[in-house]
Amino acid sequence: MIQVQDLKKIFGTKVAVDGVSFKVEKGEVLGFLGPNGAGKSTTMRMVTGYFEPTAGSISVGGIDMLVEPEKAKKFLGYLPENAPLYSDMTVASFLGFCAEIRGLTGAARTKALDRVLDLCFLDSVRNQSVDTLSKGYRHRTCFAQSIIHDPEVLILDEPTDGLDPNQKHEVRSMIKRMGENKAIIFSTHILEEVEAACSRAIIIDRGRVVADGTPAQLKERSPNAGSLRVVIRGASGGSIKEEISKTSGVQRVEAIESTETGLVARVLPGKTQQAGDVAAAIVGLAVAKNWKLQDLHQEEGRLDEIFRSITRSDTVA
Amino acid sequence: MNQNDIQKVWALYKREFLSYVNSPVLYVILVIFLLATMGFAFLFGRFLDSNNASLGQAFFFWHPWIYVVLAPAVGMRLWSEEHRLGTIELLLTMPISPWHAILAKFKAAATVWFIALALTMPIVFTVFYLGEPDRGPIITGYVASYFYALGCLAVTSAVSAFTRSQVVCFIVSVAVCLTLTLIGYPGIVDFVVHGLPGWGEAVVRFISYLSFMDHFYEMSKGIFVVRDVLYFISVIVVALLVTASGLRSKRA
Repeated sequence: MIQVQDLKKIFGTKVAVDGVSFKVEKGEVLGFLGPNGAGKSTTMRMVTGYFEPTAGSISVGGIDMLVEPEKAKKFLGYLPENAPLYSDMTVASFLGFCAEIRGLTGAARTKALDRVLDLCFLDSVRNQSVDTLSKGYRHRTCFAQSIIHDPEVLILDEPTDGLDPNQKHEVRSMIKRMGENKAIIFSTHILEEVEAACSRAIIIDRGRVVADGTPAQLKERSPNAGSLRVVIRGASGGSIKEEISKTSGVQRVEAIESTETGLVARVLPGKTQQAGDVAAAIVGLAVAKNWKLQDLHQEEGRLDEIFRSITRSDTVA
Repeated sequence: MNQNDIQKVWALYKREFLSYVNSPVLYVILVIFLLATMGFAFLFGRFLDSNNASLGQAFFFWHPWIYVVLAPAVGMRLWSEEHRLGTIELLLTMPISPWHAILAKFKAAATVWFIALALTMPIVFTVFYLGEPDRGPIITGYVASYFYALGCLAVTSAVSAFTRSQVVCFIVSVAVCLTLTLIGYPGIVDFVVHGLPGWGEAVVRFISYLSFMDHFYEMSKGIFVVRDVLYFISVIVVALLVTASGLRSKRA
């Protein structure tokens, strides 16, 4: 549904987006990750036709955004960053206006309006002026605007920004639900959100795509992915560490906390596939030595580790 | 424009016009406009003393000066407000052409001035009550006055496309409209021309020919000149083109 090729955007002398390419199919939820200023919003603004790219091509629903913008925009629903709204309108009149501009009139307009008011829990404020809404309601009103015409492509710039935990959860599950029959891109810098809602994630740093894959694939790139975490009591830390190091398949043992009575450590197997064998060996060792094995589990790798290890827009400019 | 486009422009127009209706600024401006037009006509225009059943000198004469200040006050929110609220990002990612939005917004502001002029009708009834005025100059006077307002509005629309501050937009627009008015003001032109060689006078006359005032006078005198109407229409078209390029430059 969305196809972006070698997208580039230069503001004056600053290269904001530098050769970004990706594809999103129907049924996919693509998470856009990256530090502030990495080029996430700029990329989204180009995909929605708001910014003109310096170079590259964008196609939405098979239509070239740069050649036939009006046609391509019909496929799109867009929630801009900070959820802008016309402050002098009521929630219902604002959404009604958005519906009309999307070509919905009469009964279709009323139906669409009722649907989104219900879906975004806005019924209680429908006749309230946008001016007087709290941030959560404002955000949901703008979100409602983006789905009022039930678009096939949804682009959401930080959809959960400024929401309370319950609302965040609600929006996330809504994105996941809608992702079953739409192509969705959403940006965030909350990593748990990616794990909760995305089928794929892209990490952008300094205008470039630095990682692209499913959340599980990305996590595997984390330096600690596949390592074993062990907590053993009943002997001195040093001796436990020595014994485990001798076990076959173990590459390295990193002590996290070593005392006279026990050890908390990270055990790195030579290969990720050997982790099971190593775990079994440690259990055997503990039984033989009469240690108390309090914890033994494989680390999944964490998105924030990979995020930190491959992005540095903020620190190195 | 097909049916679909007309409907979208209508939706945009309706939203824009309702936001005028819902804001106190509209009513303040209408009241000031009516007080100013009537006040000038009766106090400075000597509408009653002139003993003349016409509106030209006493009434329409003052309109340009009122529009120079009040038209930017109506138009300053057109695009500045969109920039400030960030709603321009919503608007321009909707399946419409920027032209739909530019025209719809301009028409909404133009409607405000239509209403303002319609509200001055009592003075027309007054002259008809007092005497038997010539209808021609009254009609052309209103046409000239309305086009003057539209010219100032179009200039304001162009300025507002470049700034997110309504105050900046207001000040710059007033300055531009005032300049376009003054360079054609007979007193000023005559003063500048005085003592200039022939070619200098030609240049000054040409510049004054480009001014709003020059064309307003011709029309308000009761001569309905196609040339002057075309002048104002081309000013509006140019200003709206500048609006479009301003919006484009903000997104580039």
